[in-house]
Amino acid sequence: METAAVEYGLVLAGTLFVLGLISVLIRRNIIFMLISVEIMLNAAGLAFIAAGARWGQADGQVMFIFIITMAAAEVSVGLALILQIYHQLKTLDSDAADKMKG
Amino acid sequence: MQATFYIASAVAIFATVMVITRYNMIHALLYLVISFLAIAIVFFMLGAPFVAALEVIVYAGAIVVLIIFVIMMLNLKEEAVEQERIWFSRNTWIGPGILSIILLGELVYILVTSASPEVSHQVIDAKDVGQSLYGPYIIGVELCGLLLMSGIVGAYHLGRQKKKVVHRFLENAEEWKQQL
Repeated sequence: METAAVEYGLVLAGTLFVLGLISVLIRRNIIFMLISVEIMLNAAGLAFIAAGARWGQADGQVMFIFIITMAAAEVSVGLALILQIYHQLKTLDSDAADKMKG
Repeated sequence: MQATFYIASAVAIFATVMVITRYNMIHALLYLVISFLAIAIVFFMLGAPFVAALEVIVYAGAIVVLIIFVIMMLNLKEEAVEQERIWFSRNTWIGPGILSIILLGELVYILVTSASPEVSHQVIDAKDVGQSLYGPYIIGVELCGLLLMSGIVGAYHLGRQKKKVVHRFLENAEEWKQQL
């Protein structure tokens, strides 16, 4: 099977990462920030896959599996935190959670 | 076959732009599913069919469904969409957007102008990945198991609700018992 060009895979990874970064920077809704972090993690995994395809080694895909594991753990803990913040503050605004009361 | 890669890349970028510009959270998540599916096609074209399947199953399946469940639990109303519309003003996104796109332009310039590497036309299937995963990377697999377990424990601890009190007279029932 013919495979695609590697540098365009890296360009795609960079573009998706920057889109996720912009979304993290401009959003105030905390769930949207979590979604953007998922986009950025996925873009980082895409860069690993492209690099693995360039060298013809399986290491890139192994790293992607580690990234996917980390993303799953992160999203579960993050969603639990979001639920707690919403129950305590009654809002999803990330600026509302800036008071550190013990 | 090259055209498939470029079309899937264009779909992924378009869907991701739609994700970051939506006001309604469910619409954004549906576009996110499309983006993940397009990236799975990109993985397949890069010669990684196992990872393409994992992308569909774990990202487009499990993670997005988890976020949708939490949004359903929060039971957001129309006001949330209106609030999002107010927050998403031009002044907030113009600065970070332009600066990030400048950085992206530099990155693309470096990638395109650097020496183009020879592409290895070779598919790495699940067998190679498994042999690498359970050979030299076995310690990483064990650490991933620890990470997932701590994730479960942390999510359970954080997601615990306070004990519900059915009536306000019963709020201080324990103290009254001690006084009696």
